[in-house]
Amino acid sequence: MELFALILLPLVFALGVVVLPAAQSRVVALAGMLLTFALTLVIAGRFDTADTATFQFAKSVAWLPQLGLSLSVGIDSISLLLILLTGLLGPICILASWTAITDRIKTFHAWMLVLQAAMLGVFCSRDLILFYICFEFTLVPMFILISLYGSTNRKKASIKFFLYTFTGSVIALAGLVYIASQHAAMPGRSWTFDIAALASTARELPLGTQSWLLLAMMAGFAVKVPLFPVHTWLPLAHTEAPTAGSVVLAGVLLKLGTYAIYRFVLPFVPMAVVEYAPFLAVLCIIGIIYGGLICWVQTDIKKLVAYSSVAHLGFCMLGMFALNHTGIAGSVTYMINHGLSTGALFLLIGMIYERYHTRSMKELGGLGAKMPVWSTFMVFFAMASVGLPGLNGFVSEFMCMMGTFQASSAWGSSNLWGSLTDVRPVGVTHGNLGPWFAIIAGTGVIIAAMYLLYMVGQIVWGKLREPAGHDHNHHHEGDKHAQGGLSTDLNAREIITLAPLAALCFLLGVYPTPMLKIIETPVQQTAALIEREREGLPTRPPKATPEGVVHSNAAGISNNAQEARQ
Amino acid sequence: MIERLSFLWPEIALFATTCLVMVVGLSKHLGTRKLAVWIAGAGLLVALFLSAASTPHLTQAACPFSGTVFSEPVTAKSGQLLLPEMVPFAKCLIAIVGIMMLPLLSGTVDRLEEEAIAKGARTYDALRMNRAEFWAFFLFSLTGLMLCAGADDLIWLFLALELTSLPTYIMVAISTSRNQSREAGVKYFFLGAMGAAVFLFGFALLYGGTGTTNFNEMAAHFHERGINAIALVGIMMSILGLGFKIAAVPMHFYTPDVYQGGASQVSAFLAFVPKTAGFLGLLLICSTFGWNYEPGAVVAADNAGLASVSGAITQSPWGTHLPEPVRLMLWVIAALTMTVGNVLAILQSSVKRTLAYSSIAHSGYMLVGLIAGPGDGSFTQNGVSAVLFYLLAYGVMNVGAFAAIAALERRKGSEEPREIDSFDDIRGLCATHPVAGWSLVICSLSLLGLPPLLGFFGKLPLFTSAINAGEIVLVVVLGINSAIAAFYYLRLAFLPLTETADASVERPVFTPYRGRRVAGLVSAGGVVALAIFAGDLMQQASKAGTVTKPAAVTEQLVRDPATPVTPLADAGAR
Repeated sequence: MELFALILLPLVFALGVVVLPAAQSRVVALAGMLLTFALTLVIAGRFDTADTATFQFAKSVAWLPQLGLSLSVGIDSISLLLILLTGLLGPICILASWTAITDRIKTFHAWMLVLQAAMLGVFCSRDLILFYICFEFTLVPMFILISLYGSTNRKKASIKFFLYTFTGSVIALAGLVYIASQHAAMPGRSWTFDIAALASTARELPLGTQSWLLLAMMAGFAVKVPLFPVHTWLPLAHTEAPTAGSVVLAGVLLKLGTYAIYRFVLPFVPMAVVEYAPFLAVLCIIGIIYGGLICWVQTDIKKLVAYSSVAHLGFCMLGMFALNHTGIAGSVTYMINHGLSTGALFLLIGMIYERYHTRSMKELGGLGAKMPVWSTFMVFFAMASVGLPGLNGFVSEFMCMMGTFQASSAWGSSNLWGSLTDVRPVGVTHGNLGPWFAIIAGTGVIIAAMYLLYMVGQIVWGKLREPAGHDHNHHHEGDKHAQGGLSTDLNAREIITLAPLAALCFLLGVYPTPMLKIIETPVQQTAALIEREREGLPTRPPKATPEGVVHSNAAGISNNAQEARQ
Repeated sequence: MIERLSFLWPEIALFATTCLVMVVGLSKHLGTRKLAVWIAGAGLLVALFLSAASTPHLTQAACPFSGTVFSEPVTAKSGQLLLPEMVPFAKCLIAIVGIMMLPLLSGTVDRLEEEAIAKGARTYDALRMNRAEFWAFFLFSLTGLMLCAGADDLIWLFLALELTSLPTYIMVAISTSRNQSREAGVKYFFLGAMGAAVFLFGFALLYGGTGTTNFNEMAAHFHERGINAIALVGIMMSILGLGFKIAAVPMHFYTPDVYQGGASQVSAFLAFVPKTAGFLGLLLICSTFGWNYEPGAVVAADNAGLASVSGAITQSPWGTHLPEPVRLMLWVIAALTMTVGNVLAILQSSVKRTLAYSSIAHSGYMLVGLIAGPGDGSFTQNGVSAVLFYLLAYGVMNVGAFAAIAALERRKGSEEPREIDSFDDIRGLCATHPVAGWSLVICSLSLLGLPPLLGFFGKLPLFTSAINAGEIVLVVVLGINSAIAAFYYLRLAFLPLTETADASVERPVFTPYRGRRVAGLVSAGGVVALAIFAGDLMQQASKAGTVTKPAAVTEQLVRDPATPVTPLADAGAR
């Protein structure tokens, strides 16, 4: 019941925004978001942390039984974390647009609330079609937010955003419906879209079918993440979206993709994932390196942060496809941490844009002296994003990399490590990624440090640079984003929007244990499930060691690997 | 006799209304003339009620007229319908959409005349007025459509199809006073006649191949002796000819021109009525040779092409596949129809042409359900139910999309007002004309199939049934096409919502006919509400999609087995 209330609450307030006069839209929307957040906190408080893998608060209401649909909801600890993140970012987005949105206030706030409801719906769903409905419906509010409140290129950005994600998810739907039809075809089972039931069916399918299903599902979810070849909508959408839109996009919408991969791809088609993990990992790594290099040459700070999302989500997915406990746990925490730090970076950029109407590094510089509070936050969140130890980004990035590093049972059979040592390294898990993947991805961390520090250096330090003709007392006539009432440095409202994010970044950085603990059981179960399926796969002959050729070191390592397999 | 008539009560009611409307619409008094539309509405309501109430009669499964009108009664049960439950469902559907279209069609004809009479510039002249004819044709067409649903005989089906189509040709021609409308009407008529000739020829070949025009007997014949070459050609030509009615590629060429030439509200009528007639016809024809073939099984026919080898068809449980040649043909038509419709829709600069091409694409979607067949009869597997449900969904959302543009016009002086048709006209509509704008937005998104609107729940059963029938490739084609459709539906949905109107262009104004706005609102509301409360409708559609085995198969023929069934089969046997 709580979860239904959680989804309906923003919708009720959206209706309120529509009905009440525009002058009160902001307050109503803020109240709605805060109440929703309060409700998520209540749910979190009542969540049974001893039993994190079961779906709690489960509730199912029959709806269109002819199609096998039901409104069933339920959350495990991973959904809970994402719901908390969504709830937290809601009021922050409204606060962040308090002065930035002056036109069509009603429309903006109503759609923000609708978007909030749809996103919460995605994380709560235990029915495939309910999930899909919420997943797809996020497109409409986001499209409107970008195309009404975005900057110059907003039309193109919004259309590209819609078409990319819509196309992908229709194909994903075909794959998911195929699973449902396979489920119904099995004796003694009836037509249903219940996620748990379908997962067990999908796992029984042969590898060939699973591979096609993997392709279909990734067509939908990889676009949303976004993975390398289908990422091109993201920088455009991020750059053109209004601040609140960017925050939601980076904070939550991208997580819909990663969450869907965690919730559907891993448990549904584990065999295919195991089979194609290296391929997917390569895509992630290309994203990491390529995204990072693009960031390096950006002069538009918003675009820079947008491309950095491509790189960061590459890490997140790499950890996921490591398919071991460390990697998946890292990936899940990465979802939260990226939402916090990148969301905050977009907020900061929005604040600058509201003051200077530019996002170009060439026109801005040395703001450290003029806007010390802003600069402090900027440096802090950039560090969190880079992955400075002690802040949240480090924890998850490190875990993703470590998971990748460990994910090879043939560790060393044909590479440098194997020839140097005869000892089976500690912590190795099954998998077909391994050190090389981790090392190459690791260069992405260095690139991330370079571009983010370069950006911070340009904007915060150095000689003060402001756009030509900029004067704070001067009122921009005919300007949509009137900046009336904005102080030179951040005002109290802006600090309030940033402070909770900063506190969380710090807290989750120095003491991530509670978060890791709460997600441990479900992640462990997912990893174990994949491990079970891996054993079902035909074992391939050890690579690179032709039979008959004596190669003591390599042979020894393969033996070790064989033992590990048993 | 009265009991037999119960089968046709809705049609009879509609026909009586038609006669009344024709007289009332000619009255000298404006008030009485205006009554015509209300009478039509009342007639449709009565028909709706009678259709819903006729259900219990039909479950006893008999068309009481079979064997008395066109042919000798052969078997006790040869009147049994192959899709008995479809009849009440289809009739209700037709009546509901008909009622929704009434307000939309208000004020289509006689506008300038009525204005002239009101001003006193002219006196009433019955010869110049079209109101009575227009509403009478409207009802005639719907009567024909209802008759299609209950057809149990090729001749009945043909007559019903013609009764549906002929009035629409005239409705297009008189829908505006522009020459384009007349051109569209003539074009539609000639191509329609050609389509009719094609399926009539197909029907003739079907008779030649089976020796009967009765669907039930035809089904029994196919079941016993397989499909011979002549009948196969007949089936294919029938499908091709009916393809004209549903605007399937390659019989789609008329669609954009006719939709653009006619008034928007009449185009809405055209997008629904002939399409429904065509799909009812296709379902009936397909139900005779059924869905009991192995996938990939080729229908055997001997060299002479006159008779098939008995038992040559792989018999399999009811509800698997269409015979391979038919499936292949429908498959190609479906894929082409979807793709051509969607791709060409993107290229259009006129709203009406876009909607016309989109209507072609929707026919392609529904063909997927037809190919899927009834499966095991449950709603998720039954392609026939999916088609029927989609017809309802399409009927509802289509009205809203057309209503939005039909509700607006540009007027200069005393000329006939021009309807809006370009994308510039719908820019910023939600701000200037919220009712029209929002119904366009909601209905376009529903046509796109965006959850949680009705269009999504229409498309989902098509997906599930086709996947269940193993038509994976076709489902992927369907999916990709839904994505292509996003291009132009996005334009239709978001131009009114997110753009602002060009200030330099004169804004369109609402037509004086409030009914059109109401139709848009009802449609948009229906799209949202039916999505939430679709359960009952799905139940009905699921029941409606039940395909029964021909009675003549389950029960022994009464006929003396020594008598040759058909002259042709006889000739082949010799």
